[in-house]
Amino acid sequence: MSTDTERGSEAIGQSITDVDLSSEKFKNRVFYATLVAASSFGVIMLVFLFADIFYEGIIGQQRFGIEISRFLGNTGSQTPGNAGFYSAIVASIWLMLLTTAFILFLGISTALYLVEYAPDNRTTRLIEANLANLAGVPSVVYGILILALIVNGAGLGSVILAGAIALSALVVPIVIVASIEAIRAVPDGMRDGSAAAGATQWQTIRRVVLPQAIPGIMTGTILALARAVGETAPLLMVGALFTDTSVPSGPFDSFSSMPVQIYNWTYLPQREFLALAAMGIIVLLLVLLAMQAVAVYIRRKYERDVSLTGV
Amino acid sequence: MSTQDDTHKLISTEVQVDEQTHEDTAETVVSAEKLNVYYGEEKALSDVSAEIPERRVTAIIGPSGCGKSTFLRSINRMNDRISMCQVEGTLRFNGKNVYDDDVDPVALRRRIGQVFQSPNPFPKSIYDNVAYGLRVQGKADKVDLDKQVERALKQAALWDEVKDQLDSSGLDLSGGQQQRLCIARAIAPDPEVILMDEPTSALDPVAAAKIEDLIEDLAQNYTVIIVTHNMQQAARISDKTAVFLTGGKLVEFDDTATIFEDPEDQRVEDYITGKFG
Repeated sequence: MSTDTERGSEAIGQSITDVDLSSEKFKNRVFYATLVAASSFGVIMLVFLFADIFYEGIIGQQRFGIEISRFLGNTGSQTPGNAGFYSAIVASIWLMLLTTAFILFLGISTALYLVEYAPDNRTTRLIEANLANLAGVPSVVYGILILALIVNGAGLGSVILAGAIALSALVVPIVIVASIEAIRAVPDGMRDGSAAAGATQWQTIRRVVLPQAIPGIMTGTILALARAVGETAPLLMVGALFTDTSVPSGPFDSFSSMPVQIYNWTYLPQREFLALAAMGIIVLLLVLLAMQAVAVYIRRKYERDVSLTGV
Repeated sequence: MSTQDDTHKLISTEVQVDEQTHEDTAETVVSAEKLNVYYGEEKALSDVSAEIPERRVTAIIGPSGCGKSTFLRSINRMNDRISMCQVEGTLRFNGKNVYDDDVDPVALRRRIGQVFQSPNPFPKSIYDNVAYGLRVQGKADKVDLDKQVERALKQAALWDEVKDQLDSSGLDLSGGQQQRLCIARAIAPDPEVILMDEPTSALDPVAAAKIEDLIEDLAQNYTVIIVTHNMQQAARISDKTAVFLTGGKLVEFDDTATIFEDPEDQRVEDYITGKFG
């Protein structure tokens, strides 16, 4: 394009045009390609997963004629032709509602105590450090604990409430850690301003600290719920049903749940159950995506306000 | 530091104006008697005794780390919020020792407002910021809240700038406006004393000048105690000046004119003329 000018400046610009960078550039490209390959791994796996599941789901539609309305409307059944996802969906909604109530209460209370009230001593720091360890305990352990403590110990039986307690125990550390961070992020100047205006500690927390911390707490809670809704092991331990032929109507009903039902379907010999499992996974994935979207939305919505309060 | 000579000149001229308030007999509202404050092992205030007059501006000056902010915070017991902090001695507010067992710091702070170094409005609307004190003190239902918010904003010289945007966030205001909003927040519940901890140090000169004018007006209704590291500011706006020097000692406390023109203590004179500090 501009060959004339380039030729004209050749002599002048020789010191920067005559350098051979090809081998350096090659290393650059190799390194770049490695990074791209490594970071694509997760994405590619996800694509395979989606492709496989949608393929199975479509097979189910075509070969077995599983109608969406039947799939979403029928309860569990031993007969592939009658089996549906409805009771599992309702059970999962119940589990989510109860778990939300438990983890919000436990998570916010614990975080408020640790940040606002607890003395800054060794015990407090020990508790805080161990929250991270608690989050690393395998989920099946919580299942066994609740089985011994609540299902058999307290004689509650294998009911939704017991399942919700197991899920809450599993994910509450996530909520506590997120809440601690959100509450700590509220500048001390806010607390001083409130105290100097004659507010009690509880008034300061309720009117100044919590309103600013709620977005962070909500994000953490939704991510914790997304983890809980996909959990199978603790519910199996607590005694979730593989096939629930009735729709649970309250916290004291026996229950299945979406992941438990899917797990059961993949285990059964008939090919049609595999197709049902694939359709179940699609529903579960949609629920998870929706929850993540809500979390991202909340974070975006409050990001501006939170950054502005960093006085 | 570079304008020490100018400083001195400025102070001496300004002080002439203040001398008319010389023969005043104001009641004492806050008085300290041998007040000692410790942070752990470290002594932050040492035997401080002072009588602060009602409806006057009292300035507290001194080099960094001399305990002037600690003294201010011990008046409304904000020091209680620091777990390491220990207080000995007496600090009276209207004759009552605020460190007596039957004094609740929350009740005390409802009579003594405070404005902080950097503006700290809540991320709430301008209206809610000003109404905050009245609401937490349970006075919101007993008074005409709209009227009180307007009164406080007018006293804080902010009303004309924000009267059409009371619902917008206090954080959308400029730094100087935010600080005046904080002053409005402090005076809305109608306290007797307003403590100010270097209220203009985070502001530009124009915004700072507005706050200074405001402080002089506030002294008609309130007792103002202001910590400042700006000696011209102390000379311009205060009636009384307390000089703290290192070690948490109150070295001299007198009429501002006396402190800046003819201090008794040689160290105070050295500090004011910039030879020390």
